[in-house]
Amino acid sequence: MAFEGLAERLQGTLQKIRGKGKVNEADVKEMMREVRFALIEADVNLKVVREFVKTVSEKAVGSDVMKSLTPGQQVVKIVKDELTNLMGGEQEQIKFSRKSPTVIMMVGLQGAGKTTTSGKLATLLRKRHNRKPLLVAADVYRPAAIEQLETLGKQLTIPVFSRGTDISPVEIVRQALEEAEKEHHDIVIVDTAGRLHVDEKLMQELADIHELSSPDEVFLVVDAMTGQDAVNVAQNFNETVGITGVVLTKLDGDTRGGAALSIRSVTGKPIKFVGVGERMDALEPFHPERMASRILGMGDVMSLIEKAQDNVDEEKAKELEEKFRTQSFTLDDFLDQLQQVKKMGPLDELLKMMPGAGKIKGLENAQVDEGQMGRVEAVIQSMTSKERTAPEIINASRRRRIAKGSGTTIQEVNRLLKQFEEMKKMVKQMTNMQQRGKKRMKMPGFDSFFK
Amino acid sequence: MSFFKRMKEKITGTNEAVTEKFRDGLTKTRDQFTSKVNDLVARFREVDEEFFEELEDLLLQADVGFETVMELIDELKIEVQRKNIKNTEGIQTVISEKLVEIYESGEEANSDLNIQEDGLSVILMVGVNGVGKTTTIGKLAARLMAEGKTVMLAAGDTFRAGAIDQLVVWGERAGVEVIRQSEGSDPAAVMYDAVHAAKNRKVDVLICDTAGRLQNKVNLMNELQKVRRVISNEVEGAPHEVLLALDATTGQNALVQAETFQEATNVTGIVLTKLDGTAKGGIVLAIRKKLNIPVKFVGLGENMDDLQPFDPEKYVYGLFANELDKQFEADK
Repeated sequence: MAFEGLAERLQGTLQKIRGKGKVNEADVKEMMREVRFALIEADVNLKVVREFVKTVSEKAVGSDVMKSLTPGQQVVKIVKDELTNLMGGEQEQIKFSRKSPTVIMMVGLQGAGKTTTSGKLATLLRKRHNRKPLLVAADVYRPAAIEQLETLGKQLTIPVFSRGTDISPVEIVRQALEEAEKEHHDIVIVDTAGRLHVDEKLMQELADIHELSSPDEVFLVVDAMTGQDAVNVAQNFNETVGITGVVLTKLDGDTRGGAALSIRSVTGKPIKFVGVGERMDALEPFHPERMASRILGMGDVMSLIEKAQDNVDEEKAKELEEKFRTQSFTLDDFLDQLQQVKKMGPLDELLKMMPGAGKIKGLENAQVDEGQMGRVEAVIQSMTSKERTAPEIINASRRRRIAKGSGTTIQEVNRLLKQFEEMKKMVKQMTNMQQRGKKRMKMPGFDSFFK
Repeated sequence: MSFFKRMKEKITGTNEAVTEKFRDGLTKTRDQFTSKVNDLVARFREVDEEFFEELEDLLLQADVGFETVMELIDELKIEVQRKNIKNTEGIQTVISEKLVEIYESGEEANSDLNIQEDGLSVILMVGVNGVGKTTTIGKLAARLMAEGKTVMLAAGDTFRAGAIDQLVVWGERAGVEVIRQSEGSDPAAVMYDAVHAAKNRKVDVLICDTAGRLQNKVNLMNELQKVRRVISNEVEGAPHEVLLALDATTGQNALVQAETFQEATNVTGIVLTKLDGTAKGGIVLAIRKKLNIPVKFVGLGENMDDLQPFDPEKYVYGLFANELDKQFEADK
């Protein structure tokens, strides 16, 4: 992995402290250096980092960290809690106007993802809030920006208001508001052109649109990969149009996203949504705690769980549990499992979300071989249903056939069968253990199939 | 001869208009960065530990990244000791020299494109979403046309809504043909078509647009590899250039981007876009240092001719222009 998480970074410092029994102020200082390092590597603005480290140091020294048995954990916890706090504690909802329509203005630099986010936001408002949005194409500068919004509108069956590129964006918005009233749209989303925060002429135009439409929300759309400059961008946009919230886009990348913290601390405005994919439903509410973990490189367990919940059929999971208990788990079920895991997305992506995955032996360079998974699938699919339920009947000639049918080798078939046997054994032990009241649910040996 | 003098001589030999462009485009960047360096120099009389700490902060704020900054500071410290610099007056020259040195990293920086003398040259444009690939292609096409080359574009972003239309508009502006299929079609098929069209019409350069993709999307990176394969199967030695578009506002993730795209498509050069804002794009220092990928062009504005070949000396000149002017005045 390119970046180490804070926890791993602190390991080194902690090793030195471990033997000492007690942690003093100097140790905290050393740990804070690591915190600073981690935050800067995550693209948190330097000034913000400095302030943050100061606050956290005070808290760390003042609290019981020194007496704690696991001072490292304690420090990580304080850092994470403080980050979470700073990024907004509670989740923020969209503010709807009492008088229809609610006007939402999307602003930001070029390429931040305003148009895509406009489409996603319209979808979300229609689906979750039962609203009737109108999208307004006010980007008259970038070639084909209007076409882009119109295409999205068509895909989503959401009306798009456009008047070409020959009239001013202010005039477009004025006409769009009339249209909204006439057609009873209760939401108007204005997609403005991307602009540099230092372009005075275009920033004035934004101010004009703002004055005309007095929007209820002004969302600054920011690329999650933005570096130190995020503070300048946020500050300038905030001063010109008074943003009310932030949408952080492209968070499905592997950036730490420290810009989130920078923007929050210079504008004080909440991050309301995050863009997490190219699909039109990939806009999610912002979770400060998850973001904190991510910035610190601590893995995103919550997202992983949610991803599992979204993709794993609960009925099937229950069925499987039952099968585990009665030990009637077959290769068919295994195949099923495999396909469910696959649905959740590329495996190495999932692994990256797991905290400490980088530490697990053999997983450091987690390049899970998806091809290997496909081979396992092929082997099972080349078995007859009888073979799948009772693998013990698979003799040498059947093995040959399966290997041939799946395009693998007999060795591979053997390995799969052996591993499946072992897995069954372990499941048996585990269920016994559970019955004795020791709750330790773990999928044994599952990973050994993909090595 | 002083560094500034040498630089002046280098620059006066080159196109005034280009230098001008660099200056204008980098005004914001320069104002911020230089004024900070000046502050720094003014505030500190002596080159001491504190001075270096401040300088370190300055570079970190330019997105250069921790590791590279540390290395740079260490090298500077050695340099300062060697030259026995005690006060901050001389330090500015050393800083600029060092920056250029890193950009060049031992070899003369070459931002020329690998364009074949005869036969077709293919340029593949790659990068994450929203960095300015399509816009760069438009500008690059105009640039090559001005050099007397015949150019054709391939609309390989079949995914994003409106992407094909966007390229077509740029094609019209530059006056070049755009090979396209409908939205949602296989980009590899578009490339296949385009390469054959380019061969038939005997154009000099084919520039291929691709859809933006985040570097951690394995499937999409595989798709890109396929696109590359199709091109190299059809034209020997192609793609002759694989240009990675990088947004100057991007932070440390740019290094991961460069690394991953490098692995997947064998990137030959970087186009640093949106350098006309306040972002400094300092991460290219780290990229050059770690991956040895040169920056070939920089995007300095929204106009057709706002794409300029990257020249490390001019870049540093842009950053320190105020200082240079002062020196020129003093020389007179």
